[in-house]
Amino acid sequence: MEYEAVIGMEVHVEINTKSKIFCGCSTEFNAPPNTNVCPVCLGFPGVLPVLNREMVNKSVAAGLALNCRISRWSKMDRKNYFYPDMAKNYQISQYDLPLCFKGHLDIEVDGEIRRIGITRAHMEEDTARNTHTIGGGQSGVDFNRSGVPLLEIVTEPDLRSAKEAYAYLVTLKQILQYLDVSDCNMEEGSLRAEANISVRPKGATAFGAKTEVKNVASFSGVQKAIEYEIARQIQVLEEGGKVLQETRGWDADRGITVTQRLKESAHDYRYFPEPDLVPIVVDEAWEHRIRDRLPELPMARKKRFMEQYGLSAYDAMVLTATRPLADYYEACVSAGAESKKAANWVMGDLQALLTDGKMEITQCRIAPAALAAMIRMIEEGAISGKIGKEVLADMFETGREPQAIVEEKGLAQISDEAAIEAIVAQVISDNPAQVEQYKAGKEKVMGFLVGQVMKASRGKANPELVNRILRDALKK
Amino acid sequence: MTAWHEKTAHEIRDLVRRGEVTAVEVTKSYLDRIAAVESKVDAYTQVWSDYALEQAAAVDGRVRRGEDPGQMAGVPIALKEVLCTQHGFTTCASKILEGFRSPYDATVVRKLAQAGAVFLGKVNMDEFAMGSSTENSAIKTTRNPWNLRCVPGGSSGGSAAAVAADMCAVSLGSDTGGSIRQPACLCGCVGIKPTYGRVSRYGLVAFASSLDQIGPLTKDVQDAALTLSVICGKDPLDATSADLPAPDFTQALTGDIRGLRVGMPRECFTEALGPEMREKVVTAIDVLRQQGAEVVEVSLPHSEYAIAVYYIICTAEASANLARFDGVRYGFRHPDVKDVREMYVKSKSAAFGPEVKRRIMLGTYVLSSGYYDAYYLKAQKVRRLIKEDFDRAFEQCDIIATPTSPTPAFEFGAKTADPLEMYLSDIYTISTNLATLPGISLPCGLCASGLPAAIQLMARPFDEATLLRAAHCYEQNSGIQMGKPPIA
Ligand SMILES: [Zn+2]
Repeated sequence: MEYEAVIGMEVHVEINTKSKIFCGCSTEFNAPPNTNVCPVCLGFPGVLPVLNREMVNKSVAAGLALNCRISRWSKMDRKNYFYPDMAKNYQISQYDLPLCFKGHLDIEVDGEIRRIGITRAHMEEDTARNTHTIGGGQSGVDFNRSGVPLLEIVTEPDLRSAKEAYAYLVTLKQILQYLDVSDCNMEEGSLRAEANISVRPKGATAFGAKTEVKNVASFSGVQKAIEYEIARQIQVLEEGGKVLQETRGWDADRGITVTQRLKESAHDYRYFPEPDLVPIVVDEAWEHRIRDRLPELPMARKKRFMEQYGLSAYDAMVLTATRPLADYYEACVSAGAESKKAANWVMGDLQALLTDGKMEITQCRIAPAALAAMIRMIEEGAISGKIGKEVLADMFETGREPQAIVEEKGLAQISDEAAIEAIVAQVISDNPAQVEQYKAGKEKVMGFLVGQVMKASRGKANPELVNRILRDALKK
Repeated sequence: MTAWHEKTAHEIRDLVRRGEVTAVEVTKSYLDRIAAVESKVDAYTQVWSDYALEQAAAVDGRVRRGEDPGQMAGVPIALKEVLCTQHGFTTCASKILEGFRSPYDATVVRKLAQAGAVFLGKVNMDEFAMGSSTENSAIKTTRNPWNLRCVPGGSSGGSAAAVAADMCAVSLGSDTGGSIRQPACLCGCVGIKPTYGRVSRYGLVAFASSLDQIGPLTKDVQDAALTLSVICGKDPLDATSADLPAPDFTQALTGDIRGLRVGMPRECFTEALGPEMREKVVTAIDVLRQQGAEVVEVSLPHSEYAIAVYYIICTAEASANLARFDGVRYGFRHPDVKDVREMYVKSKSAAFGPEVKRRIMLGTYVLSSGYYDAYYLKAQKVRRLIKEDFDRAFEQCDIIATPTSPTPAFEFGAKTADPLEMYLSDIYTISTNLATLPGISLPCGLCASGLPAAIQLMARPFDEATLLRAAHCYEQNSGIQMGKPPIA
């Protein structure tokens, strides 16, 4: 039988506000354990939460970018359960009235656009982090993470393959980073993804029993885990078995999913409205203020890059992959660089230098205007393209202006005909054999002679002039 | 030697500010009084003698240097065990918080300290403010100064007994369903529960977050107005505190209530109310009429559901609020456990008293899946109906007058066997919390048994000014001499 997978994603992203969701503590990652804490996020007796307004702003921005409707009136709720990573033994979350709901996200898979429904995006507080000694015996709780703001984004069961799930995550991350609402760093835990997976005979409308896969540390891990889980479920069904509704963990080392918790032991969270907080009222004016400040999103920007700068779809996609990269490129163009040349330099030599240095564009010491100046120098013939690469490397290292480098190192292109004629004469007299061969009709030798002239000029001779003058000299 | 401890807070404040007495002298007088009668009343859980004298000396220093010593300069105050203080312990009269030291001060504590108040210590209460007699304290039994065989009421029983026995000038209590007003009634002092949101709850260990309010228990209405003025106001640390100006409520005490409409809810004056208490309250309302108020009958048809609604909402909220007492970060942890689950179960089982356990279980039940709609959700709907009753009643009147408690103080053990009987002690006070209104209890004479009776007045939300004006006018014109409780 042919099967079809049905997949829904639940993604928790840490929203990058400066302070926590309900207190003034810093959200900084990697601080020494239990240093970013106060009575509020430690759940001490008598404390009260106060909702961080910036969290609402950023969550609404994310909701709008995901084409969600924004609740005019929503509230926070208490989700009750006991666990040592929970300061209060209840988590303040949103239950029946999420801040954002009924949205969608378009993803591109194999050149086709698929529209994935977003059921809801709601605000909640993160829990503390438990660590356990190997072999058990001792557990530590780090409350630095307690109260870090989270947005939980839940899709409809609209995804049909592991590849789509991967594309969804990549697109979501790109948008959230564009909005500057989250770092979306899976290693640091600022993005956590869970997949709900079921399979059914192709064409069926009813859902099969689903499993929930957790503990995945990377997007490619998610893709592998889903692929594995789909195959596993199909095998269970093919063998006449029944898929159990359960939570399964991804074991990256063995490349399999394993049972964590059967759904029978599901919690009754006893949700009820959080009485310590007032309702969240986002009126039209507030929503509009945020909508007006939304940046251009990746898909729209890619389209514009193709139209405005004449870039190919591929180049536009690469240059809009992240907002800082796209900003860098546009700054370079608006500083006077020709758009296609700028694209080549940014995607080629500059990207190679960044990759070698394991750096992000935001760490690059070359100002976009300086790169533009360098590109213009090539166009104007002040330096050759080859010298340009050398100058770029120096700029990357030192952050200096290209003019200064060219001047100091004496790299300016030689366009003085008399000077080039002198070098050409020297090269001809130094290589009589090759000159003979050329005159005998071996055109290829020309390349060698040009190379000798360039070498003698230490790469500075204007290549066009070299060609013409050499050719003229050889005719004699 | 002058018995400074018999003076009211505003008298002390005026004398201290004028330099006619030092705060240290006043504090010593109160500490002596505590030493003399504490063994009989047992109101205090902690007496901070040295700390109190230090605070008093600081106030005197400000007076000597000509600095403003504050609106509560030198006024000795007792704090309910449920209020967080960096000094001393904050136990909520529960074994589970035995030895707990709060890392911060409650907002009200900070405000009073800034106003020059002197904290004498902390006073007893029902564990986590759950109870109406202070018999649920895990620390000690507090007795009613008017009759040591009787309860002081609760849950702010220590606060009321301490004021009644002149063991402090003012005390702070907390009121979730009557916990300030009912003990104030039983101990013959003034107790006001402000409008929900008027006073910051930051640093009040939560029992039921949507109902809890902090308020003062005092010797007279002027002191209630004074203390409320100091502790009220918007607090950035409490999202539910109202963003309203903090007025000087003492300015409202004009003595003039001509034209004020006083509503008597017919549901509060039925056979259920004993004849003696009824006579006292009706007489008190007559005093208001003689002062120019117009008395009208009003109706609160849903008040019969108030107790049921209250015990669903307050227990639901309490079940979550008290979940944090799990032995992980602070407070009592059972020493003999093999895993986390057992640590929770054994710590809670060993350290919560029976009434607290009962309410946690009740609250957990009403929030459970399958029961939520029938209990919690329905209770919220009826809560709204109760509030609407009051909205309608306040179209016909400005003040509502009822008894505070159906009976005067009762003997120890009289109601402990039957929780429902105990819950009925708050039958007249609970609706005020459900409707988020301000309410005040005022002494209105002594019963034949020698125990105090009280009238309760309520007003529209955030209309404490009218409430206090009416209360003050009654107090000035009642002609009642309560005298002092018959303890040495
Ligand atoms: Zn904090």
